[in-house]
Amino acid sequence: MIWNEEIECMAHDELKKLQLKRLQDVVKRAYETVPYYKKRFDEAGIKPEDIKNLDDIQKLPLTTKDDLRAAYPFGMFAVPRREIVEVHTSSGTTGKPTVSGYTKEDIKIWSEVMARGLTMFGVTEDDIIQNTHGYGLFTGGFGVHYGAQYIGATVIPISTGQTRRQIEIMKDFGTTILIVTPSYGLYLAEVAGEEGVGRGDLNLHSVGFGAEMWTEEMRQELQNRFNAPAYNIYGLTEIMGPGIALECPEQDGLHVMEDHFYPEIIDSESMEVLGNGETGELVLTTLTRHGMPIIRFRTKDITSLKSGTCSCGRTLIKMERITGRTDDMLKIRGVAVFPSQIEKALLKMDGIEPHYQIIVTRPQHLDELEVQVETSPHLFSDEVKELVGIKKKIEHFIHNEIGLRVNVTLVEPKTLPRSEGKAVRVIDKREL
Amino acid sequence: MKIKQLSIFLENKKGRMRNALDVLADAGFNIRALSIADTSDFGILRLIVPNPDEAKEILEKNNFVVKTGYVIAVEMSDQPGGLSTILGILDDSDINLDYLYAFVDEKEERAIVLLHPEDIDAGVEALKMGKATIIPSEDVYNW
Repeated sequence: MIWNEEIECMAHDELKKLQLKRLQDVVKRAYETVPYYKKRFDEAGIKPEDIKNLDDIQKLPLTTKDDLRAAYPFGMFAVPRREIVEVHTSSGTTGKPTVSGYTKEDIKIWSEVMARGLTMFGVTEDDIIQNTHGYGLFTGGFGVHYGAQYIGATVIPISTGQTRRQIEIMKDFGTTILIVTPSYGLYLAEVAGEEGVGRGDLNLHSVGFGAEMWTEEMRQELQNRFNAPAYNIYGLTEIMGPGIALECPEQDGLHVMEDHFYPEIIDSESMEVLGNGETGELVLTTLTRHGMPIIRFRTKDITSLKSGTCSCGRTLIKMERITGRTDDMLKIRGVAVFPSQIEKALLKMDGIEPHYQIIVTRPQHLDELEVQVETSPHLFSDEVKELVGIKKKIEHFIHNEIGLRVNVTLVEPKTLPRSEGKAVRVIDKREL
Repeated sequence: MKIKQLSIFLENKKGRMRNALDVLADAGFNIRALSIADTSDFGILRLIVPNPDEAKEILEKNNFVVKTGYVIAVEMSDQPGGLSTILGILDDSDINLDYLYAFVDEKEERAIVLLHPEDIDAGVEALKMGKATIIPSEDVYNW
């Protein structure tokens, strides 16, 4: 099923034309209504009329999270505040939060892109969606909610937490679609196991997961534990929320909703735009957003883009799974390490529990990486030498993946913190 | 002939062993014999208790990773050279030991060694041939 065939399967040339028209429009609106853009464009000597083709976007300055933060709270709004019908903010864990404002029209766009994505997962008006994303300032809950309601599915707006209740409802209501963060999904599955609720007791058709880093191995784990295909949802608060790109049944990249969000990949050091298939930092421009147009926002997410017609029939460009963030990248003894690499290595071990924590220390002017992994009945052996062998094997897998020696510590089951939202995977104790 | 033993994974952290033992104490298990193997990171606590399967279940409910295995309990004379005699029997049959632990049974005034050979059945066989006194599990649980 395709929600909006006209757009999602649009011929490449036509889409480019539509994007250019919308880009010219949004640049003009931003320049005329948001002082920040006027100042930045003027400094760069760019006028909206200079945008004559899509490549001209490269002439425009990049916008960072710090820029948005400086405009806190409402400085980036392009319309009078009374036209804004909803606001969300980022979590603010790294400083002042950034505020995102939506007009009525923006909420419609958000509903539309999420409806397209949920349709990719097979959602129809017959489905019951259990939305464990938090409802609140976080965009996750509402984004999924709007899309599901636009389709006409039944939404259970349960939010995160109350894990035992989640399982009871999943069983009693016959939930067909589950929306989770990957770490919360795995936690839910674990608790379901404890409650004696097996795969056969559930009626899930698909699982949508987002808001967190993930690996293919983690997807397999989710699919296995819930006995349903699992698809990724990508988005970020600054641009809109979930719905910017979603996976089709191919499970090979996420279709970017290009008629609303224009993607580019840049080299985060040189700021140069990279070509099709090259890996770098994702930069997004909102093409249609009214309340808060965002021009060339640096997402800090690392991925690559691939154009062409997908076997699902869609022509929308595909984005690789996010393989890291320029800011969750750890520099260990000068080597760039992403938690996702360690996760990938861990999940190569049979019988390992998908809960881990990475601890970085600098005991004697040299970085040390410790990875804590929970022991499972499958891994445990009565023999010291075998247990040491298992630890060595995990260390070896990680070494192969990141090129650095690490110290793996086996910890007792269920002692690592479980997440009810975004998992804390890295504890950096270095005093830099 | 073989005695069921519990092996429990412990992090090498303050209070972990006590936690495990408290779980057993609260459930009314009296420990018959105990040893610990440790490395800098973790330890393996090995225990002999009556009703080992029940103890395992209770420990698992409390989030411990537990495995059951078997050891052989052999009586030895409580005087110099007692253990050496037993080891000599295994040595003569070319049987390797993974580990052992020993204690004194005060009620019966005897010393007992718990043996974990690589091949437990071969170990039982060799000890029988060597005329060692193997203690059956019922006796071990009733010490």
